[in-house]
Amino acid sequence: MGRVMIDTANHVAAYAAKAARVRVVAAYPITPQTTVVEKIAELVEKGEMDAEYICVESEHSAIAACIGAAAAGVRTFTASSAQGLALMHEALHWASGARLPIVMVVVNRAMGAPWSIWPDFSDSLSQRDTGWIQFYCADSQEVFDTVIQAYRLCEDERIFLPAMVCLEGFILSHKYVPVKIHDQDDVDAFLPPYRSGWILDTSNPVTCVNLVSPEWYMEFRYMIQEAMENAKMLIPKIDKEYGERFGFRYGGLVDKYLCEDAELVICTMGTMGAEAKIAANNLRKEGLKVGVARIRVFRPFPVEEIRKLAEKARMIATIDRHISFGMDGFLATEVKASLYDMKNKPSIAGFIAGLGGRDVTFKTIEKVARKCMKWLGNGRVERETEWVDLRDVKT
Amino acid sequence: MTTIKELPREEYLLKGHAACAGCGPSIALRLLFKALGNKVFLVVPASCTTVIEGPYPFTSFAVPVQNTLFEAAGATASGIAAALKIRGLDDVTVVGWAGDGGTTNIGIQSLSGAAERETNFIYVCYDNEAYGNTGLQRSGATPYGAWTTTTPMGKKERKKDMPSIMAAHRIPYIATACPSYPVDFINKLRKAKEIKGTKYIHVLTPCPTGWRYDASKTVEIGRLAVQTGVWALYEIEQGKFRLNPPSDRLTDKSQRKPVEEYLSMQERFRHLPEDSIKKIQRWVDGDWEHYQTLASLERCI
Repeated sequence: MGRVMIDTANHVAAYAAKAARVRVVAAYPITPQTTVVEKIAELVEKGEMDAEYICVESEHSAIAACIGAAAAGVRTFTASSAQGLALMHEALHWASGARLPIVMVVVNRAMGAPWSIWPDFSDSLSQRDTGWIQFYCADSQEVFDTVIQAYRLCEDERIFLPAMVCLEGFILSHKYVPVKIHDQDDVDAFLPPYRSGWILDTSNPVTCVNLVSPEWYMEFRYMIQEAMENAKMLIPKIDKEYGERFGFRYGGLVDKYLCEDAELVICTMGTMGAEAKIAANNLRKEGLKVGVARIRVFRPFPVEEIRKLAEKARMIATIDRHISFGMDGFLATEVKASLYDMKNKPSIAGFIAGLGGRDVTFKTIEKVARKCMKWLGNGRVERETEWVDLRDVKT
Repeated sequence: MTTIKELPREEYLLKGHAACAGCGPSIALRLLFKALGNKVFLVVPASCTTVIEGPYPFTSFAVPVQNTLFEAAGATASGIAAALKIRGLDDVTVVGWAGDGGTTNIGIQSLSGAAERETNFIYVCYDNEAYGNTGLQRSGATPYGAWTTTTPMGKKERKKDMPSIMAAHRIPYIATACPSYPVDFINKLRKAKEIKGTKYIHVLTPCPTGWRYDASKTVEIGRLAVQTGVWALYEIEQGKFRLNPPSDRLTDKSQRKPVEEYLSMQERFRHLPEDSIKKIQRWVDGDWEHYQTLASLERCI
């Protein structure tokens, strides 16, 4: 049955960690992640959550403690954001390289300088190449469900990798909405007890992640790449099974909306994906054939699904809440790379929007879509990368 | 344990490890395993030990080892200790085994955090007074005057007093040791194992390649460090400071050998002018007056 509660996405993330029967949580507070760890500390102290909560002295130590706990045989959880996530960077490689199925909620926040506490994806996307699976959520319910799904995925023997479950700070993290918290028995039935590829064991002493010579290092990297490919196959399966049990489905790797006959597919992530659906509805009323592809899983990147969408669409517009300086938003780059060797490619227009928490509503997306439709009519994309609603900052 | 003959015969540091000849840390490690047995989870950050354990797919350690990031031994050990508590495994000792770089410099944050949280583990800093693994660069534990590749004219600052920093954390047990005094070291490890909370042991481990002396002299150099008073063997148990044999008699200055005997055996100090040696001697003498004061107190911190 479950119960519906009205709460913030951050608290929901904490309840998801509890529902996943996480046994060790190590975390350091950082805005806007703070209320995740506050809620967990409260649950643990009240005895409502059977776990050890380690109050570490830094984010680097948070992830290092999770590595230790996961290696010593228990399910672990942490949460971070922005500068904290960047401080973890080195250890993120260690967690994936050691093949430890740690799950971390990332409450997205723009990177400084200048200081910003509002969201964009530059923090988590900067960790793109660390070997972590990356989920991006569009609403609070998805946060709960994805945390549970992530453990199921990460602890599969075909994966044994860590995962980030990303949600945008404030837009989601501090917004109260009704969310269904599923019954513990049902979650238990879906998510078996902790499993990892190896644990520290005195009866089977091994030296974990020691020095690897050039003779072997590549094979270790290749195995991670293989696991990522396996994740592409497993994520939709897990999402489907989850949907059958709990009634919530998110489209696996890509949440597609009105894409069947769409001339223009808006490709974006997170809450902008939810706003884009409203924009598509409105534009459809005017006869504009607009669809939405919300990238739910950024790593592994859903290359094949993007190609399928591209077979039908005349244009793909990517909207990135991120910029890779000197190039483009990652979404734009990866979509383009996915389509490179297709014969009949759609045109691609890249938009940079919402950096540092600037509001991106369905109205913004409608405006972007109208511009794209105009370009389609003219037969050419006027600007390959456009910053949406940018003030005139030329001096 | 009173004599070395009572040491267990089991070896958990196996043959074929990759330490340099005469490596002080590897002697200390062998003694550590003998003292604690094989119910140990060893946490090793980047350090010489990363090499000593040998490359994948081999290992020279007969206990489970979790390698971790340079600055993270304390934090990783905290995670392991928490997991052991959850699993109810109370017969396993978690040991952080880190060099002086991974302790006094980059690792001090996570060690301090672990101590403040009263994490139940033994942290051993094996101190060869430099970054030995990367070819001997200066660390916070490098003593005044010592040549390293980043202090080619000799280090201009004094050694960081890490045991005192740990004492300020008011953890239940702190000790210094040296593998040249194996019985003392083993007894301290065994005592630490029985105490709940964070235990810190700082062990001076001479390094023939870095300190530049003949590889057969490691034990002798360690003895001289103690006999000259450069390295004092003591423990701080629940705040009570106590000098251990053979350091306890050295508060009498006439019992201490001149520091020059210790310094002159190592090429890293060979450039030291006379007045620097005198300065070091003055500092050592001052340290011993301080030890005497500490020993007279009910609580030294």
